[in-house]
Order: sequence, then C-alpha cells, then structure tokens
Amino acid sequence: MPDLFRKSIWLRLAKIDMKRFLYELGESWKIAVAQMRANMTRSTLTALGVIIGIVAVTLMGTAIGGISIGFDKSMAVLGDDVLYVTQWPWKVVDDWWNYRDRKKIKTEYAEMLNRMIEKTPNSNLIVAVPTSSVFRSIKYGGNQVDNVFVLGTTSDFIVTSTIDCKEGRFFSDMESRGGASVVVIGYDVADALFPSESPINKSVLINGQLFKVVGVNTRQGTFLGLFSWDSMVAMPLGAFNKYFSAKPDSDVRVKVKDKTKLADAKDELTGLMRRVRGLAPEKSDDFSINEQQAFKSTLDPVKNSIAVAGLFITGLSLFVGAIGIMNITFVSVKERTKEIGTRKALGARRRTILLQFLIESTALCLLGGFIGLSFAYVMCLGIGKAFPSFPIQFSVGLVVASMIVSVMTGLISGFAPAWTASRLDPVTALRYE
Amino acid sequence: METRDLTRPRGPIVIDIENITKDYVMGEETVRALRGVSLKIHRNEYIAIMGPSGSGKSTLMNMLGCLDTPTSGRYEFNGKNVAEMNDDELAAIRNREIGFVFQTFNLLPRSTSLRNVELPLIYAGIDPETREQRAAEVLADVGLGDRIHHKPNELSGGQRQRVAVARALVNRPSIILADEPTGNLDSKTGEEIMALFEDLYQRGNTIILVTHERDIAAHARRTVHLRDGLIESDHAGFIPEIDMATVG
Ligand SMILES: Nc1ncnc2c1ncn2[C@@H]1O[C@H](COP(=O)(O)OP(=O)(O)O)[C@@H](O)[C@H]1O
Ligand SMILES: [Mg+2]
Repeated sequence: MPDLFRKSIWLRLAKIDMKRFLYELGESWKIAVAQMRANMTRSTLTALGVIIGIVAVTLMGTAIGGISIGFDKSMAVLGDDVLYVTQWPWKVVDDWWNYRDRKKIKTEYAEMLNRMIEKTPNSNLIVAVPTSSVFRSIKYGGNQVDNVFVLGTTSDFIVTSTIDCKEGRFFSDMESRGGASVVVIGYDVADALFPSESPINKSVLINGQLFKVVGVNTRQGTFLGLFSWDSMVAMPLGAFNKYFSAKPDSDVRVKVKDKTKLADAKDELTGLMRRVRGLAPEKSDDFSINEQQAFKSTLDPVKNSIAVAGLFITGLSLFVGAIGIMNITFVSVKERTKEIGTRKALGARRRTILLQFLIESTALCLLGGFIGLSFAYVMCLGIGKAFPSFPIQFSVGLVVASMIVSVMTGLISGFAPAWTASRLDPVTALRYE
Repeated sequence: METRDLTRPRGPIVIDIENITKDYVMGEETVRALRGVSLKIHRNEYIAIMGPSGSGKSTLMNMLGCLDTPTSGRYEFNGKNVAEMNDDELAAIRNREIGFVFQTFNLLPRSTSLRNVELPLIYAGIDPETREQRAAEVLADVGLGDRIHHKPNELSGGQRQRVAVARALVNRPSIILADEPTGNLDSKTGEEIMALFEDLYQRGNTIILVTHERDIAAHARRTVHLRDGLIESDHAGFIPEIDMATVG
C-alpha cells in the first residue's frame, strides 16, 4: 500500500515535470522565432551553409530519382517478365573472345522452344518470340527518316513488350504467318513521315519495298539517348526475312509466367536452350540469357557517383553551416548573458536554458532547411521546364530527409553554446553588462 | 542586537543565516565580500539592508535569494539547509519561494508585460490559461491593467519596475528581494514603487530591500547596516508618520 502510494506520487510528479517540459518547449520556440525575426538578416546569412547543404541534398536526390524513373520507363520496353536469349551477355565482359565464336541465335529456335514449352507441364515460360533487326531508311512522299530500327517478329511480340497503338493495331496472327508486307511504326517515325495526315493504310518505302502501315505506337519518350520505341518499326518475320536477308541480328525473347520466379524460369530456359543446341552435359552454355535487371545495374555506377558528389557537397556545406550556427549561437549566448541570469533568478533550470539555445540553433537550421527546400523546388521546376524529357521527382521523402538533416545539424551545432549557457553562474550572468 | 517591530506579532522564521562568509578570488587577490554575517528574518518582515557601495549588500542579497552559495556558514531557508540542495532544487526555490526585483528591471525586451510576468509561471509548469489569467491579475494589482500588451520600450521606468514587481509576485513567493529597486528611478516614481511595496507588506508579504538611500530605507520596519562585509547595526526602523498614514 505505501509502495502504491509512493508510486502514484511519483507518477504525478513525472506528469507535472512532463507538462513543465512541454511549456518550456513552447516558450523556447516562441523565443527562437522572435529572436530570428529580430535578426532576420543575420539569421539568413548564418543559415546559408544549411541552405546550400539542403539544396545539394535535394537536387542530388531528385537527380537520382529522376534517372531511376527515366531509366525504368525506358526499360519498360524490355519488360521485367521477359528473358532474352542472345549471343552476347548484356554486360561488359573481360573475356570477349569466349563469346565471339559462339553460334548466332537463330529465329527458328523460337518455334522449337514453343513446342518444348507446350509439352512441359507447369512450365514457368509462356511463349518464345523471335526477333530480327536491321537499321534502314524509311520514305513516304518527300519525307525520309534514316537509321530506323526495323524489327521482324511474330504477332506474339505484343505479349513481351509494352506496345500500345494510339492509332490502328499491331499486325495480326494471320499477317504474321503469311509474312504480309505490313508495318507498325513508332511515334517519332510517324511524326516525321506524316506530319499532317494519318499514316494508317498508307504505304511506306523501306529498302525499295512498300509496306502498308497498320498501326502507330503511342509516344514513349527517350531518356539519355536510350533505346526507345518511338524510332522503331515492326513487321512480320516472314516479310522481314524476305527483304532483309543480309546478316540481321537475331534474338529470341521468352515471356515468363511469374516474374517473382525469374530465376526458376531462367534455369528452365537454359535447359531448353541446351537441348535446342544439343549440348553435351560437360559443355558449357554457348548462349546468354538476359533480363532487364542486368541493364539496370549498369546504371548503378552513375547513380553512385552522383550520390557521392552530392553527399560530399552536402556534407561540406552542412559542416560549414554548422560551424556558422555554432558561432552565432555563442554570440547569442554572450549577448543575452544578463537575460540568462534573469531567467535563472526567476527559476529557469539548467535544462531550461540548454533547451532554449538548442531550439534556437535548431530553428535557425530549420529556417535554412525551408529556404533550401524552396530553392531546390524552384530549381526543379526550372529544370523540368528546360528539359521536359528529364523526369523530375521532388518527393515527400526528400522533404522529410532534409528536415531531419536540418534538425540534426541544429542540435549538433547548438550543443556547445547551449551547454555553456546552461552552466553559467547566475550571479556572474546577472552582473554581466 | 536584534530588535523587533512591536506593531506586529512575529511569524515563523523564513531566513536563518549564521556566520556567512563569501570570498571572491580574482587571480592573486581575494575579495572578502562577506566576513561573517548572521541574520534571522521572520515571515512578513519589511527589512532594509543599507550600507555604502561595495559593503556586500548585493552579495548578501544573492545569497539570500539562493543565486549564490556562501564560502562558509550555514543558511536555512524555511528550515531547509540550502547547502544540501542541488541546482534544480535551488532553481525551484528561486521560482516558488523568492521574487526578485532588480535595479535594472531585467525585463525581456521583446516580450510584452504579460509574457514577462508569465515567465516564472512557465518555469513552474502552470498551464497557459491559468498563466495568462494570473499574470493579467497581478499586472492589474500593480496598476498596469491597461498595459499588459505593451513591450518594455513602450513603458516608462516606473511602469517597467511595476512589471518587474508583478513578475516577482506572480508565483506568490514567501519573500520578495529587491536590490536597489528605485536606483534607476526619479524620486517621485521611486516613491510610487515604495507605496507598492508598502501595500504588499500590508497584505502579508515578506520584503527585503537593498538601498543606500535613507528616505527609501525609511519605509522599512527594520534596518540592517552593512560595512565591509559585516553587520554594523540591526534595529527596528519605526517612522511614525508613514506608519500612521498606511496602517491607519
Ligand atoms: N562576482 C564577483 N567577483 C569579484 N568580486 C566581486 C563579485 N561580486 C562582488 N564582488 C566584490 O565584493 C564586494 C561587495 O560587492 P557587492 O555585494 O556588490 O556590494 P554592494 O552591492 O554593497 O555595492 C565588492 O568589493 C565587489 O567588488
Ligand atoms: Mg549592489
């Protein structure tokens, strides 16, 4: 019983203490804001380091975010649930001579793979699609586009790529089998050849041969000069083979049932390809199986170097900013020594004074953070206007991160002066003039 | 040596110091600001501490107000030994039991009268509504009911000192310590502040007043003279005409 009684008293005291702490906190914020208002120029100048730091960290984050998003958008052409059977792996290799003499990938493999997939129960693979490509010029009337990526494939191609015809349609199964002279063209190609009319059912000239346009793909946008659907045309493989027999690059792409089981699908496809190639067990693979992810990781070094540069600038300016804020807080403590003495005489505890100056330095840093964020936001808008193709991403996460960084900087830089203030002898402080 | 004000019954002892000394070490030199001072002060006394400049008045005052600790000697405040208290406990005593009034007012320049008076209540953990209400009440009591939203630079010297007095009173302390409260005021405004103290005394407050002006000290009921860090005299200062006027 006495124990319980004591506990309840302690609880009450703790409650009172908590309340007092909150009131002191509120009071400290008011003082800090009043202090900044009274010394607006000084405060802003002091916060400059923090401002630059926050601008750097935000722009860096935005750039990295933008690059990732832009890249992902481009990569969507490849599809994240598609495996690519190729001669060369999608990465930089040191032993290129091991790959040079590999047999080329033939478009016929697709049919063989499809038959095997059909016979495999619970296969992780859906369908194999052959692709062959060359670069050619396309003409219509007086207009011409050079270096267009011409793709020969089957009508199954649409399941492996993000094709979305804004006009017309992709070529049909019938056209695919019959090797009809039809073509689906990308947005930029359509734009260049048909500036003022609909391309549908018009005939374009490729390699001296006429092809009827059956569809136009929607605009996809290019990013960092990466491959884009916009400058590409696709036609049935039969037609392609008929007119572009000279040394095309051929791949086979295979759609996967469940993209979370990509590794299993890869193993299965490797097995099938070994059967296609008739490899003995002791022989190593003479083909490569690739996925979108491989491309993504080639971008990591770029992102990393932006991050390192950004973090360096951020760190440096925050460091300089922190020293400036520490200095100004020391000045503030000095200027208000008498006030500190008065507050102590009125019952302020050490903690109260410590809190007050910590909050002042934190408020300064937050001010810097807000100004920095606003700058960064405006700059992002500007960049977005100037380079519409660069996807700008100003995220909530960045705002939160900047605020946390600001608060941390404030607490760290304010600690030494705040501590000094809290330890001042009240009488000495009161006598200070 | 001690005598008492015969017009009132004695309250309990609030301040009891015995043989207090205070040395200030300044490099090679040691200044002996207090050299063995003993004093007992009861509730609802009105004491003036007098003495020439440098005699140790402020040092003694700071000691009594728990702002400073003695080099040697014993100090009991309300029966508790001050030497045994830690920093936070001393802050709590200053907050609740003692009200300071300074010669230079020491108001926060950017805060209104109301905010200035609220300050001790914030440190006491009083909620905002009660705080504001009590601060406004006390300001009205000292005759500044219409000045609560004025900042110090919008007030006269006498009004500023009234705000300071209100701030000293707002937490209902057991004693009020005023170190030359009229030192920065002309004699007319000084008298107004003294009338305020008289009123507080009549309402039961304990007042300790440091001054070197005779006519200010004349308001007190007991006068302690300091010289060179020692008590020279301690006697009841009973001035009939003022007493008759106020006690009626
Ligand atoms: N913080 C201090 N450091 C050094 N000497 C001090 C300090 N405070 C007071 N003194 C000295 O102690 C003596 C008494 O000072 P003080 O109590 O302020 O006198 P009074 O208020 O009576 O004029 C003086 O000689 C003064 O110089
Ligand atoms: Mg003095």
